[in-house]
Order: sequence, then structure tokens, then C-alpha cells
Amino acid sequence: MEAMAIISIFTLSIFVGFEVVSKVSSTLHTPLMSGANAIHGVILVGAIIVADHSDNSLELGLSLAAIVLATINMVGGFVVTDRMLEMFKGKGAKNKGSGDK
Amino acid sequence: MSRFLYELIGLGAGVMFILALKGLSHPRTARRGNLLGAAGATIATITVFFYSSDGQLPLNNLGWILGAIAFGLIIGVPAARRVQMTAMPQLVALFNGVGGGAAALVAIVEYLKLGQSASTTVVIATVFTVIVGSTSFSGSIVTFLKLQELMTTRPVVFAGGRFVIAGTLLATLGCAGWVVTSLGTTPLLVLAGLSLAFGILFVLPVGGADVPIVISLLNAFTGLTVAAGGYVLDSTLLIIAGTLVGASGTILTRLMAEAMGRSLFGTLFGAFTAKPQDSSGTGEDRPVKSGSADDVAILLNYARRVVIVPGFGLAVAQAQHTVRELADLLSAKGIDVAYGIHPVAGRMPGHMNVLLAEANVPYEQLSEMDEVNPTFPQTDVALIIGANDVVNPAAKTTPGCPIYGMPILDVSQAGNVIFLKRSMRPGFAGIENELLFDAKTTLLFGDAKASLTKVVSALKAL
Repeated sequence: MEAMAIISIFTLSIFVGFEVVSKVSSTLHTPLMSGANAIHGVILVGAIIVADHSDNSLELGLSLAAIVLATINMVGGFVVTDRMLEMFKGKGAKNKGSGDK
Repeated sequence: MSRFLYELIGLGAGVMFILALKGLSHPRTARRGNLLGAAGATIATITVFFYSSDGQLPLNNLGWILGAIAFGLIIGVPAARRVQMTAMPQLVALFNGVGGGAAALVAIVEYLKLGQSASTTVVIATVFTVIVGSTSFSGSIVTFLKLQELMTTRPVVFAGGRFVIAGTLLATLGCAGWVVTSLGTTPLLVLAGLSLAFGILFVLPVGGADVPIVISLLNAFTGLTVAAGGYVLDSTLLIIAGTLVGASGTILTRLMAEAMGRSLFGTLFGAFTAKPQDSSGTGEDRPVKSGSADDVAILLNYARRVVIVPGFGLAVAQAQHTVRELADLLSAKGIDVAYGIHPVAGRMPGHMNVLLAEANVPYEQLSEMDEVNPTFPQTDVALIIGANDVVNPAAKTTPGCPIYGMPILDVSQAGNVIFLKRSMRPGFAGIENELLFDAKTTLLFGDAKASLTKVVSALKAL
């Protein structure tokens, strides 16, 4: 890819990243960190690509290890974040219910 | 699938990640945001099976790849589903660490593959990925051990420690230069080893109370690693996703440090500059006023306003439900009850809110620190359950102590202070609490749940 394109993507992503989380209450710090943590588990895509490229057992072994670790990061991360947020939702729904009636 | 379509779907997944982070920043949309992120990641993962840069489908080693994913699922899903909510911070640390490890491995394999044909910028990106990924991996393991209390939660500082760390860092950077100039395999493996060592040394001096900030920082590191890995593999999606996490993680780390009243610099390098604390061991022998459950019940019964300050000890004892029973009982007697929630009550910002929500504590009763602090002078009883550091006046009065500068709940302003504690053992930060020896403080020793149950029945008998 052209160097300038990569630099542009990188720079714009930094600003978007800053912008989306700049105002968040401390209540959500932990779930947000956990959700962001799950997102970088998308390195799984990279691990699958290198496993496809691998043509000796050392490379394949290392890339399979990377796939296992990345899967744990990604799937585990989203599941545990959902569990945290499930509790917020229960609370919110109840408030809403009593508020409406 | 054409390269164009593949890239387009990758871009779509990137947008979903942006919306996911945006959603996660607001309580009402948080869950949807997380699911959106999961959907984006799933789409990106499925797509990669239908595009190969060498044009050959199915992918080489397909069976192995699917097997490895299945294996990761078998480990990751039950761990995430079964973990106690109290142990959740260390699980997040662990997930972050394995992500960093995965990114480092990906870069190593691609480097082995490219060999001498790698361009200098790709080699530099590889070196960056290996250094930061390995550091994040080993550093996260240390934070896990600290939070799981498998090792001491106090800062680990040894003589000449700062020279060892500086030396390791210099050796790592020197080795990075060696990799770039020689393009050899051995230098890269040495580099990985040095980076692992650096990660351990980097986290060891961090005190227990600051560990969440370090986890957040390592999370941002792993994001940048993934972005660099994306450059090595020429994947726009990885660059977008990694950079997003790197940037938002950095902001989040700063916000967290602010919520805890810490400077980021102080957190990371405080242990180098701080003098060894004079451990006020004399405190152990000083008299404290310990009471019975009946004494506590009487104090509560004749109060007009009670503020409950829950801490990690409450969570460990699984006493959320009992404390709610007590609060309901007091409310029924016409006593004004509120929960004073410190931003970092528990182990991480927002952790206590999650735990109390699990016990169905009404949201209106939860007051944040800034709301509840001005009300302490009008409060008759502050009931502190398994918390210590977040009410420790040393944060205001003792410059140089590990929590100095952290905002605290001003429970000492209340008419009476009751501590439910397991023992006189200091809190997570490992410092003595002067308030325990104050004349208006009553201590009730024991497991939080057992103590609360006794107080509830004493209160009913009154």
C-alpha cells in the first residue's frame, strides 16, 4: 500500500479513537477497556493470514499459537464485556419500567 | 473474492469498531456497542477465509487453522462465562496479554517468511510489534499475578532496579538495531526475549492500587502492536482497528488516572523516585475500638442518615445481597440511606457499580464521590464495608505515601464511622489507615457477609 495512504489512515484513526471516548463516565471505564481489548483481538485475522502463508512446521506452529491466543483475546473479550454490561442493562430496564408506570 | 471486495468488507468492519467504541461510551448503548464490535470482528474473521493473496482457495493449512480457532474458543468462552465478577479485572488483563502475544507471533512468522526480501520499513514495523507485543504479554501476566494475589501487591523495588530496567531497555533498543541491520532470525528471538524481560521489570515496581491504569496502558500498547502488524501484513483493517484501540486506550488510561487522582508519569515511574516508605509498624499495637454487632445495630438504628461505603471486601464475601437487605431495613425505619461509590471502589473504575447492579441495588441510591462527599457532615453513620484505601485520609495528609493525591470519600466528617473488616490488615495499596484509630470509629471484625447478617438480625430485634 502507498505510504501516504497508510499514514492518512493511521492519523485519522488516531483522531477518531480520541474523539469517540473523550467523554465517558467512570462507571463505564472498565467495560470500555474490556471492549477495546476485545477489538484488538481482531489480530486473529492477521494470524490466519500468516498461517495461510506458512510452509514449514516452525512457521505453522507459531501461527497456530497466534490463532489460539488471538481467539481467546477476541471471543473471551467480547463475552466478558457482555456479561458486565448485562448487569447494567438489568438495572436500566428496571428503572425504565418503574419510571414509565 | 476480489481484493477490492475484501478491502471493502474490512473497511465495513473498521466502521463497526468505531461505532462499537462510541456505543460503549454511553450506558444505554453500551451493550449494543459491544455486540456490534463482536459482529464486526466475526465478519472480518469469516471474510479472511474467502480471500488469499496467492489466489488459492481454500486457505493452506485450513484444517489446522479451524482446529486452532476451536481450541481458542474452548479455552476463552468458558473462562469468560464462568469467571466471578470479582475476578474479572485480572481476566481482562490476561486477555489483553494474549492479544499482545498473538500480535508478536504474527510479526515473527511474517518476518521468518519474508527473510531478506523484507523492506526496511516492514522490518522496523516488525521490530516494533515484537517489542511492544512481548512487553504487553509479559507485563499483563505480572498484573494478572498481582490482581490474583499470587504475588505481592506492593511495588517490587530492588536495589539498583532502575539501572536494571534502563539497561534492559537499552539492550532491547540495541538489539532492535541489530535486527534491522542483520535481518537475522537469532537477533529477532533475542529481541523477543529481552522485551519479555522488560515487560516484567516495567510492571513489577507498580503498586497494587495503580495496576488498573497499567492494564489500560498495556491495552493501548497492544492496540498499537496490532496496527503495526497490520502494516507488516498490508491489512487496512488491522491498521484501523489497532490504531483505534491504541488511541482510545491512551485517552482511557488518562481518564482513569485522573479519576484516581494519579499522574500517569507518577504511576509508571513513581516507584523509581519514591523513597522506601517508613512502614509504620507501630500502628499494629495501638488500641482500636472494636464493637459487637449489637453496638453497630444501635448506632444505625438511631441515625437519620447512613452512607454505606462498599469496597472490595464486600465483593469478596459476596455480601451484596445482605447489604441490600440491611439498606432496605434501614429505609423501612425511615432512615435516609445512600451508597457512596468511589470511582475505583473494587479493583477498577466502575467495578463496584457492576457488582451492586448484580445484587439489584436501586440505581438512585448509588451516589458518586462528588455527590456524596458534601453530605458527610450531615451524615450520622458512615458504614464502611470491606473498603480501606478509598477512605484513607493518608491520601490527603501524607505526602509520599502510595495513594497520596487520590481523591477519597471524606467519611471522617460523619458523626460515627463503622468499619466492617476481616482484620487489621491494610488495604490493597498496603498502607495503614489512621482513621481506624480515631475515637469515633467502631470496628466490627469478621467476614463482611457474616457481620452484616448479624447486624441485620440485631437490628430486627431492636
